[in-house]
Amino acid sequence: MPLIKDGAAQADSWTYLGPSDDPADGQSVIIDYARWHDADAAIAAHNGPLGIRMRSDQAPELIAEDIGRFDLIALEFPVIADGRSFSHARILRDRLGFQGELRAAGGVLEDQIFFMSRCGIDAFELDAGCDIGRAVAALTQFSAPYQAASDGLAPAPARRRSGR
Amino acid sequence: MYRYDEYDTKLTIERIGEYRDQVARRVTGDLSEDNFRNLRLRNGLYMQLHAYMLRVAIPYGLMSSDQLRKLAFIARTYDKDYGHFTTRQNLQFNWPKLEDTPAILEHLAEVDMSAIQTSGNVNRNVTADAFAGVARDEIEDPRPYCEIVRQFLTLNPEFSWLPRKFKIAVSAAAEDRAATTVHDIGLLLIHNAAGETGFRVLVGGGLGRSPFLGKVLRLFLPKDDLLPYLQAILRVYNMEGRRDNMYKARIKIQVHELGIEKFRAKVEAEFDASAGDPLFIGKAEEEARIKAQFAPPPYKQRDEYDPGHEAHLRQNAAFSQWAEHNLAAHKRGGYAIVNLPLKPAGGIPGDVSADQMDFIAGLADTYSFGELRATHRQNLVLADVAKSDLYSLWQALTEAGLAPPNLDRITDIICCPGMDYCSLATARSIPIAQRISERFSDQERQDAIGELKLNISGCINACGHHHIGHIGLLGVEKNGEEFYQITVGGSAAGDADIGRIIGPAFASEDVVDAVETLVDTYLDIRAPGERFLDTLRRIGPEPFKERLYAID
Repeated sequence: MPLIKDGAAQADSWTYLGPSDDPADGQSVIIDYARWHDADAAIAAHNGPLGIRMRSDQAPELIAEDIGRFDLIALEFPVIADGRSFSHARILRDRLGFQGELRAAGGVLEDQIFFMSRCGIDAFELDAGCDIGRAVAALTQFSAPYQAASDGLAPAPARRRSGR
Repeated sequence: MYRYDEYDTKLTIERIGEYRDQVARRVTGDLSEDNFRNLRLRNGLYMQLHAYMLRVAIPYGLMSSDQLRKLAFIARTYDKDYGHFTTRQNLQFNWPKLEDTPAILEHLAEVDMSAIQTSGNVNRNVTADAFAGVARDEIEDPRPYCEIVRQFLTLNPEFSWLPRKFKIAVSAAAEDRAATTVHDIGLLLIHNAAGETGFRVLVGGGLGRSPFLGKVLRLFLPKDDLLPYLQAILRVYNMEGRRDNMYKARIKIQVHELGIEKFRAKVEAEFDASAGDPLFIGKAEEEARIKAQFAPPPYKQRDEYDPGHEAHLRQNAAFSQWAEHNLAAHKRGGYAIVNLPLKPAGGIPGDVSADQMDFIAGLADTYSFGELRATHRQNLVLADVAKSDLYSLWQALTEAGLAPPNLDRITDIICCPGMDYCSLATARSIPIAQRISERFSDQERQDAIGELKLNISGCINACGHHHIGHIGLLGVEKNGEEFYQITVGGSAAGDADIGRIIGPAFASEDVVDAVETLVDTYLDIRAPGERFLDTLRRIGPEPFKERLYAID
């Protein structure tokens, strides 16, 4: 699946780990929340970067205590109309202070990634049919949104004050 | 009124660019129909029975004459010479071509308008009291707050994919003219005991297949907390509202299933947790900037008593009748609020031709500082007319057929587009409205009946607000035939209630007779001064039922 990270197309250095697979030494792996919840010994002993994948019905509170353990959190957007992960992203960034990679998982559309980015998501697994160039351009689709969000983009009221 | 500056315009133009690309990708097949549907809806474009329909946002119903002229231009150039005002104070075009829609949006942007979020599972047009800013019974102009909410929820990155559509109404007056009790969120601007301005917050009202009146979520919310509190409500709804069944996905179901206490606890916890969110910095300055745009027009000092106007009232019975029905008290001495019911005898409620739009825009320029309002009852309002101008305005309106003196009468019908246009409808609603309008067209009879709000929906989604009509008609389909279920006792005003079904539905050919039977029963049994609703509530539905279902 094509990946955009930090505003550019990138190779994906992360691997989704199957439910019964063990991570290799130092490997960057993403596990499902269920596996984290089950407190698997192989994961506890893993010495490489660790990511966790959350379904859209799994709230950030589930991992609030453990958030320092993750280098990446992948949020699922299973269908275009399921907007729960937008709120989850904002809570992870603004309330729980997550600083690692926040990834939109599951093949998302260029039409949604600007809003995802505003909610603090900085990596996007794109739908297979997605044009990478267009998707990168979509990240700057709107120059002066009305409201502040998790991305630090200055909203219109701030721009009015500073004359930008 | 709020006019765009370079930032508002840029956002609107960038949105059109995005939409234009989406249309192009749909045409080439790069975008699937299902995904395109989800995206076009957010720009106000529906697929109806026979054609696309484009719904233009009129924020809180307020527009300028140049905006109305632009709507007339669009109706003429891209549609069939007319538009239709809706219960969300918007305007719909019924026949645009898909490929023309980006150009239509560009024309709208020229006059600070858009179709953003007039559809889809997002926050819809924020509605308000159509008399906002001029009503005698309001504590403060609510429109600046409507605009603040509009901006906060326009292309809001977090709340653009809610479980279901979301509707907010705002009122600042003693009399609720914005139907705040039947909205996902109703905001009532109030003063607390200390004289501070804030909001009473209602949540979980709505119509559709499960009608509910809104419940009080907060008795008093300080006005500075408005946006963080809305964010808290929307976040609780976005994360936990039902997404498994679209018929149970509105916030009213979440509130109902949790109970207001538990729902409130969640909202308050979320609100507390996001205290200090840097999101709302600079809000005082922003509020002042927006409020300045709602400064009163340059009223002249006038006496409340206008001798010329009073003389016309005495001398001209038709003018006097129109004035009695269609005017409302203005907060400034010597001015009046003028209602223009879009309900001519036998006409289609809310429909306005392009020529009429141009004509009304001209009247707004001549008589009302170039502004006008759309009401949630599908009428228009010229809000700032000097009493000394009322007679000449009435003459002009009469000549154009726009002075039916039927505001709040039985022919002032709210009516959805129904099966003549809508792909969701199960029955036609417009022809029923037209037949009722004709049946009761006699002015003397309408006046004898007095205030009677009759609302018609062509399906259970209740766009015609049948639940809150004093008499409501709901079109249903039975074995391929159109039938109409009658509800009575509904209201969206201070005496808000959900109407109750009175008995078995009537066939299309019998339903107008049934309405007449209800009205005649009321006329027979009412106490002096009672409205239909009052008699019904005092006596109950039994006498009405007996007459309605009497065996000959």
